[in-house]
Amino acid sequence: MTTTATTAHQSPPAAETRSGGVGLRLGGLRRTFGTTTALDGLDLDIAPGELVALLGPSGCGKTTALRIIAGFETADAGELLMGGEDVTATPANRRDIGMVFQSYSLFPNMTAAENVAYGLRVRKAPKAERAERAAELLELVGLPGRDKHYPHQLSGGQQQRVALARALAIRPRVLLLDEPLSALDAKVRLQLREEIRRLQLELGITTVFVTHDQEEALSMADRVAVMKDGRLEQCAPPSELYERPATPFVAEFVGTMNRLPGVMGDERTVEVLGQRLPVHGDCPDAGHAVEVLLRPESLRVSAGEGGKPGAAVTADGAGPGEAATVRVATFLGGTTRLHLTTASGAEAKADLPSWEAGSLTPGSRCTLTPHDHPVLVEETA
Amino acid sequence: MAGLTVTPARRARPARRKRSYGSALVLLLAGLYFLVPVAASLWFTVDDPAKGVTLDAYAKGLGDDGMATSLGLSLRLGLATVALGLLLMVPTMVVVTLRLPKLRRVVEVLCMVPLIVPPVALVAGVSTVLSWQQDLADTPLWGTFQVLVNKNFPLVLVLVYTVMSLPFLYRSLDAGLRAVDLATLVEASRSLGASRLATLWRVVVPNLRPALVSGAVLSLAMVLGEYTVATVLGFEPFSVWMVHVGEYEAQLSVAAAMLSLLITWGLLLLLTNLAGGRARKGRKTTA
Repeated sequence: MTTTATTAHQSPPAAETRSGGVGLRLGGLRRTFGTTTALDGLDLDIAPGELVALLGPSGCGKTTALRIIAGFETADAGELLMGGEDVTATPANRRDIGMVFQSYSLFPNMTAAENVAYGLRVRKAPKAERAERAAELLELVGLPGRDKHYPHQLSGGQQQRVALARALAIRPRVLLLDEPLSALDAKVRLQLREEIRRLQLELGITTVFVTHDQEEALSMADRVAVMKDGRLEQCAPPSELYERPATPFVAEFVGTMNRLPGVMGDERTVEVLGQRLPVHGDCPDAGHAVEVLLRPESLRVSAGEGGKPGAAVTADGAGPGEAATVRVATFLGGTTRLHLTTASGAEAKADLPSWEAGSLTPGSRCTLTPHDHPVLVEETA
Repeated sequence: MAGLTVTPARRARPARRKRSYGSALVLLLAGLYFLVPVAASLWFTVDDPAKGVTLDAYAKGLGDDGMATSLGLSLRLGLATVALGLLLMVPTMVVVTLRLPKLRRVVEVLCMVPLIVPPVALVAGVSTVLSWQQDLADTPLWGTFQVLVNKNFPLVLVLVYTVMSLPFLYRSLDAGLRAVDLATLVEASRSLGASRLATLWRVVVPNLRPALVSGAVLSLAMVLGEYTVATVLGFEPFSVWMVHVGEYEAQLSVAAAMLSLLITWGLLLLLTNLAGGRARKGRKTTA
């Protein structure tokens, strides 16, 4: 998986457009729809100026959480604090929140400039100020000269830029992004997500971003909150989430993960692929059969026959690895993904630099060895 | 082999020509069906055996107080019906679409009832209720009845016509609401600080304008041509006046019908222009 996190030191904040961020606290939010529990006590603290991505599978409650922050849904229980102020019962139009929607939400009867100025018009700002602000925002999102265009005259990417400008025009306390890139093609999506991040950093605005695209979340967010069944599984910076997932669900949801059979050893260690590795997270008792979670890039593959299943592991944990056979080799550019079957019958995926994988063609024998990193384990059912 | 080679284009051309002849024939028949009665009526109004072609009937009609009064009444009734119908139906349809989508079928069935119930059945019930006014002479309801049956502007006709226009308004608004992502537009407007009323006025209504105009035109046309309810209740809007005049002056009656046709077309054009003005302006600019 290739992700490039955009970091917070690209350009100085634009003082005149900077809206500043406020902290956001979601405390024990619960929401049910009939018999379905969408949110089951969601707790999340977001710092001022931070971009947090809510990530999770369909039905995990991320959109419901965003809609509660926006004021479009009401929580059955829990509280929502914005800048320390309880806004749980505040109507949507009094929350000072800017929102960009998944579907194109520009008002079809208004030009781009009128769309951007709409929030200011509602606030009864003078006409000259509205026009000036609209022009400023359209320039900020890279659409100068498009002010008189109607939504149907703009491409999908341009419409979402106008929607972003419209959301920012009111200098919102919090910016909410509800999968704003999902309707766009890959190239525009990549370009726009970088621009959204650049603007968010420039303006220093607290932002909550809902997405089901993990690459998008990992590349844009300061922290990623992974949700499952209406609860928060883990909220951490992208690198921590990827490298040290707190739960097997997070480990498998973010990136690709192998599940390989292992046996628990003493002192929080596990034996897998003829190696002994340290364990982090939940740790069953010694002797228990477990599944060990290992990323494809955490496996070393070397040509030639390796150790047999159950081969002895030395006291320092080093071992001969396990023999495996390459089933499929998929060239992905810089890396090649190998699909392997180990001597004990387990299936694994391993990523290698393509220049190393040249001799590992389907059918060739090799040795599979894990890197010596802490791993997550799950007791075999 | 060469003799067996067939050029597809040559084979396709006669078929296309045949289809276009067929389309032209259908259009011609439809055109004749609509235009022949209009042309015949027009000829009937301008042909005078003694004077030849003359516009006397139109001059007489335009100078007739009865026509001006009845036409004015019909137009006022039509506008009031459209206003009341839209006032009732726009918020109802918006609420049903956004909040109570399960009620959509119920509202649809209710709105379609006037298409099934004949106007004469509807007016029979109304006239029964109106006949109670004699029994209510000493009550405050007496005044209400007087307002309802005021000859200058019979409010009761507006109420009945509003019910009769529900199918047209429902169908037009339903199509309009399905054409826009109303929920997202409303939420976008609300998130930008607009109240519900401001959202309705600045976002919902402008984006439903073609649907509103379509419903308004159909309702207006229905009111201008409605005869049964008005005549049973004893009022004389334009349609009733035309029938009365036709009993003793057929040429004037048909001339009035032609004028009403022109007025309806004029209103249709005006409202269509109002509906499409902004959209056309937008489309003129190149992307």
